[in-house]
Amino acid sequence: MSQSVERQVVLPFAQVVRISFNSMRVRLARSLITTASLALAIAFVAYIWSGYAILNSVWPHIDSSVQEDILSSGYEMTDGHFGSSPKDRWLAILSLIVCVVGIVNAQLMAVTERFREIGTFKCLGALNSFVVRIFVLEGIYQGIFGGLIGSILGILVATLTITLKLGWSAIVFWPALKMLLTIAEALFLAALLSLLGVMYPALVAARMEPAVALRAEA
Amino acid sequence: MELQGDHNVVRLSEVTKVFRMGNNRVEALKGINFAIKAGEYLSIMGPSGSGKSTLFNMIGALDKPTTGRVFIDEVDVAQLDAYELAWLRCRKIGYIFQTFNLIMVMTAIENVTLPMIFAGMNRDEYMEKGMELLRLVGLAERFQHKPPELSGGQQQRVAVARALANSPAIILADEPTGNLDLTTGEEIITLLKHLSTERGVTIISATHDIKMLNVSDRIVWIRDGRIDRVEERRDLKISVGEVG
Repeated sequence: MSQSVERQVVLPFAQVVRISFNSMRVRLARSLITTASLALAIAFVAYIWSGYAILNSVWPHIDSSVQEDILSSGYEMTDGHFGSSPKDRWLAILSLIVCVVGIVNAQLMAVTERFREIGTFKCLGALNSFVVRIFVLEGIYQGIFGGLIGSILGILVATLTITLKLGWSAIVFWPALKMLLTIAEALFLAALLSLLGVMYPALVAARMEPAVALRAEA
Repeated sequence: MELQGDHNVVRLSEVTKVFRMGNNRVEALKGINFAIKAGEYLSIMGPSGSGKSTLFNMIGALDKPTTGRVFIDEVDVAQLDAYELAWLRCRKIGYIFQTFNLIMVMTAIENVTLPMIFAGMNRDEYMEKGMELLRLVGLAERFQHKPPELSGGQQQRVAVARALANSPAIILADEPTGNLDLTTGEEIITLLKHLSTERGVTIISATHDIKMLNVSDRIVWIRDGRIDRVEERRDLKISVGEVG
């Protein structure tokens, strides 16, 4: 019998990717709920951002009577632009706050309810880094997927509501490039916030002694 | 401690554990000195709240003692870094819990192979060994089932197979029969005893199941965070009646 203690191997990254992917696939319903909260939060942000973008792009091409209509329905214009008045900026910030709280909360819950699983992993010889990697990867998948769904949803709703108000000119002068940029920004934001939500509980759980993680209320 | 020349697979020296809950200070272990020999079947008995599970966690390097030292194969656990500690938990010790602690979203075979994946085995190796272990515990045909689709006894057998994955020198079982009915409990005990006699695995089991006493080489009675007494089986005068 060997008397010495060796060092545990670090799992190859491909293996970690496989495990994290499987782990999401098998609890699809739960992870879709987390992803849905992410998507909704991002949809709100994307709706606000893309709404102003469409208005700005369509504005020069519509009749003055329609322009009057828009202004009288509550939109405010500063320096020939929508979305930069203090009120609008507050709305954008508010949507961002909702997004941060929504995503971080969803991820905190999702990781915290898996403390026992983390404890079990550690009993079986998982390194702390493995635990953190699994959750970071899952957070990124969910962030990207939720961000994509959410931003498309937000842009779709914004386009639809503005089209209903302004008619087809909203579609004709739809700012495609700006929309792509919005999707990219929303994706980045979703992945970042999702990571932020995952990192804290995952780090805490990974550093726990296994006995403590196993005792945690699931 | 009466040693008979065998090497100590686990040794505890002045181990204490204090839990702090708010302003309360609970002394779960109050200075434990003890050695466990290789190949022994040892039961830790005691009422709930006596410190059994805490002691179990100390022996298994699952928690740090407040003071004192824990040696596994004469290596001081406190001196190990994270990689060595993970290796120890992966290769040297197999854990069995009262609540099974299987990964609920993984199938039986995935649960059993997990420690081998952590150990860096390749897929062919771990699948073969995994199936062999499931056959050993009589669950080979249910390898694709997830824990919720298995009975308590079957789940515990998967957990036993998982504990054996990397052929550990020590199996630590925390009330392994606590959530099982009499017959399934007996099956698990027989399986553990078999491992101890056939494979020379050291079995350390925290329990308050009287059936466990029959198969144990030694019984350590814990009371109020201290070792109350240690009994060799041959000195035991308890006869277990036929129950159930």
